[in-house]
Amino acid sequence: MNEINNSILTLILLLPLAGAVLVALAPDRWKLPNWIALLTALATFGLTLHLPAHFDPHQTGFQYAVNLPWIDNPAINYHVGVDGLSMWLVVLAGLLAPVGVIASWNAIKVRRKVFFTLFLLQQTAMFGVFISLDLMVYYAFWELSLVPMAILIAMYGRKDGPKAALKFFLFTFIPSAPLLVAILWLYSKTGSFDFTVLQNNVMLGLIPAAPLFWVAIAFLLAFAVKVPVFPLHGWLADTFSEAPVAMAMVVAGKLGLYSMLRFHIGLFPVQARAAAPYLIALAVIGILYGACLALIQRDFWRLLAFAALSHLSLITLGIYGFTFTGSTGAVYQILNHGVVDGALFLLLGFLCDRYGTSQIGALGGVASKLPRTATLFVIAALAMIGLPMLNSFVGEFLILSSTFSGVSRGWAIAATFGVILGAAYMLWLVQRIFYGPESELTKAKPADDLHFKELAILVPLALLMLVMGLAPSFWLPTIETGIHPPQQSSADHILHMTLLPSALTNSHGEGQR
Amino acid sequence: MNPTSDIYRILPEVILTLTGVAVMFIDASLPPSWPRRSLGWIAAIGTTLALWASLWQLSLPQGTGFYSTVETSAFTIFFHVLICGIVLVALLLSLDTLPEDSHHQGEFYALVVFGAVGMCLLTSAVELLVVFIALEISSISTYILAGYRKNTSRGPESAIKYFLLGSFATAFLLYGVALIFGATGTTQIYQIAQLAATAQNHLFVLAGMALMLVGILFKVSAAPFHVWTPDVYEGAPTPVVALLSTAPKAAAFALLLRVVYEMFPSLQAIWSPLLWAVAVLSMTVGNLAALRQENVKRMLAYSSIAHAGYLLAAFAGFGTSGIAAASFYIAAYAAMNVGIFAVITLVSGYDEKLPMIEDFRGLIYRSPLLGSLLIFFLASLVGIPFTGGFFGKFYSFSVAVDGGAVALAIIGLLNSGLAAAYYLRLALVAAQRSPNTGEDEKAPAPRVGIAVGAALLLAVAATLVLGIAPGQVLRAAETGAHTLQTPSPQPAAPAVSVAQ
Repeated sequence: MNEINNSILTLILLLPLAGAVLVALAPDRWKLPNWIALLTALATFGLTLHLPAHFDPHQTGFQYAVNLPWIDNPAINYHVGVDGLSMWLVVLAGLLAPVGVIASWNAIKVRRKVFFTLFLLQQTAMFGVFISLDLMVYYAFWELSLVPMAILIAMYGRKDGPKAALKFFLFTFIPSAPLLVAILWLYSKTGSFDFTVLQNNVMLGLIPAAPLFWVAIAFLLAFAVKVPVFPLHGWLADTFSEAPVAMAMVVAGKLGLYSMLRFHIGLFPVQARAAAPYLIALAVIGILYGACLALIQRDFWRLLAFAALSHLSLITLGIYGFTFTGSTGAVYQILNHGVVDGALFLLLGFLCDRYGTSQIGALGGVASKLPRTATLFVIAALAMIGLPMLNSFVGEFLILSSTFSGVSRGWAIAATFGVILGAAYMLWLVQRIFYGPESELTKAKPADDLHFKELAILVPLALLMLVMGLAPSFWLPTIETGIHPPQQSSADHILHMTLLPSALTNSHGEGQR
Repeated sequence: MNPTSDIYRILPEVILTLTGVAVMFIDASLPPSWPRRSLGWIAAIGTTLALWASLWQLSLPQGTGFYSTVETSAFTIFFHVLICGIVLVALLLSLDTLPEDSHHQGEFYALVVFGAVGMCLLTSAVELLVVFIALEISSISTYILAGYRKNTSRGPESAIKYFLLGSFATAFLLYGVALIFGATGTTQIYQIAQLAATAQNHLFVLAGMALMLVGILFKVSAAPFHVWTPDVYEGAPTPVVALLSTAPKAAAFALLLRVVYEMFPSLQAIWSPLLWAVAVLSMTVGNLAALRQENVKRMLAYSSIAHAGYLLAAFAGFGTSGIAAASFYIAAYAAMNVGIFAVITLVSGYDEKLPMIEDFRGLIYRSPLLGSLLIFFLASLVGIPFTGGFFGKFYSFSVAVDGGAVALAIIGLLNSGLAAAYYLRLALVAAQRSPNTGEDEKAPAPRVGIAVGAALLLAVAATLVLGIAPGQVLRAAETGAHTLQTPSPQPAAPAVSVAQ
């Protein structure tokens, strides 16, 4: 068992890579690339399930950790491990891989080898981001994740792929420059890229605080663009409307949000607290702004993009509220958002594929033609809105209630408005696409509802939404171990992530309340 | 002075010279109608032998030969291996791409090998006149090679431009040497290092150093001495550009390292800000100009200027780590640059029927191998992780941050974001299908022969190894860096009075 525990993360990392090489070498016929990619994705998902199965919630720190020297000078180690924060994200990434393959099954008609090779490479990069505990290794995977994405957007863009790809790449690559400088600066001060070493050094105040402010800003900027946080969302709508469905469903959100939790708040708690009021304000603006723009979109990809901006801002609000409940809810909501967005992307991808348009106005009355699509879409839409019993409700409730009681009533009320607007645009979208009179396009095209493969992935996703809504207690305790600082009690439900003199922390805590 | 062991210290140069002479003689004695392609193989074998000889030099004790004019150390061996490797790849590339009926093929191979002699000698010279001679050997060969396609309009222009500006720069260097000799009374680098720290006529030393720097910065095509680069690259045959943009630069950077770190460590307060400014200028000018280029070779010429800037960032680092980072960057840069020029040679052809970025449209469909290789090398030039380019940049900026030049590192990395735009543009064009499908037939997929295949394989392998397992090369670079440090300058008051 120990053998497996020690190598499981490396296996998860390498399996998609091996699959990518296999796809690249295999001939492009009989849908062979699709099958190899699907099997690889399913096998990887199976491996990721090993993590929660053998996760010890009572043990603090990182589990399944491996720490091997890679390069002596500069001292870069292959240090990987997961805790309650990252473990479920790895599983989520594993779950979305087969979803992505199925979503691309019929949508990708040409050059399948290129597509699936890069798709699997992207999986490796994402797993790498979630499990790396050495900042250099983390940065390498972070950068690596941009490349397949940019190439695929360029190659498979619906209208103007290259432009969207360039926009995406530059938006996310340029902020990485200060991030790398910040990492290098930390290394020059501490001689280590290791997350735990750096965390200790910062906690003990071994690093001068004034430059640390800028270092924290550099980290935050890179992550905020990737989430995206208002006003850095310029790339999002174009990417959503151009990227292949399988890529779009993974591009936004979890990488940036996870990095914020782990590397911004985790490494620089004091600086993060100082930045929190601004981020809370930006997050609430993002919630409302995204929701308002989603209301007026005519293209469902763009609608989904602004809806994502709104929902991801809500998660950001939970993260920077610095309440224990809020952070837990935020991590849970990352998972929910991944599942729900995955399902919505899959379904809209089918609609786009079948009717050849993403214009909402061109569709109408689809429900009578495609009843199964409609049913599943309504379930996913309701989950996204935050209907009780479905998963997003739990996350949103935790975030909003903790904001209300722990941060500020005003912000909480404003954010709740965004959630109400969310119900409006989603239900309106459902109504315009699926109900009402049949549009000419809907009449003209033959009905061709979801097939077995698609149902086999969508029905479990829908069930998962229900289970995650009904039994969050299955997930929340493990997540809490990742949020909860081991040395501190959570009696006051304020997130203490620092060992700095308690006076400082308390004054901050008071300020938050 | 034992003459036999002295020979061992220049063994690679000797082998290369003999190879060049042999190629020249065989070329002259063969009947004109016979194919000259096998001469390329002779040159390649000679270069490989020289490479082995350089590695064998590792067993020699570190030291100098020929009355302290040439040195053998881990540093010189690092650069010898690098230069021989580049020349080997360039030769393999030329073997398959020089047209069979081109005139003077034998001369071409001989010149490449003679150029290599100069470059190798340049890295091991520790006496300024030998430095000058070595620089001239390598320059004269490259001047001729740049104008090798003399029946095109751009070829001779390229050669003349390179020759005029290059001689001008060499004159600067020589004038600098003269001034330094005047100030210190010696041309031996170690002695100058000791005297420069205490020399009383400081102005001469400073002026001499500045003039030498101008000459060297011209050779590495750093801004503001870069204006020749795009024109020369555009006019020269692409296999030559693969050589020209890497090997002479590697040699010149080795010289620069020697001059600033070994000869004038005492003047770091003066050259450090100068190189800082040149680094910032090079990367900014290079990248901004590259954004506007439509010709692939011109774009890569400006990109090489920018890369010279990234490399100069390493000079902001402290002694040993700065040298090691610069050496490593040169190796990484050489691997990916030779690689991308090899791909471009194959795509554009020797006659360059397809020189523009637009001509690369749909390359990945015409030739999946070349298309993916192009994207791979471009990714390395951008600095994507797990390629040599990433570690080069990372290491260079890391020592810069370590040396306190945080602003330089930020400017550099923002620049690399800017650079991503034009590299990506080429990559995206290559990944896009051309609108009219008939065009695919007009430009058939280029054939990849054995020699050129080996060249590509070497370049890909080097780029990947430097990106995934850079440990060994890093260690070699560091060992080399340690050998470059001169013993701390001793109080040499009497010597100074002699110099007066």
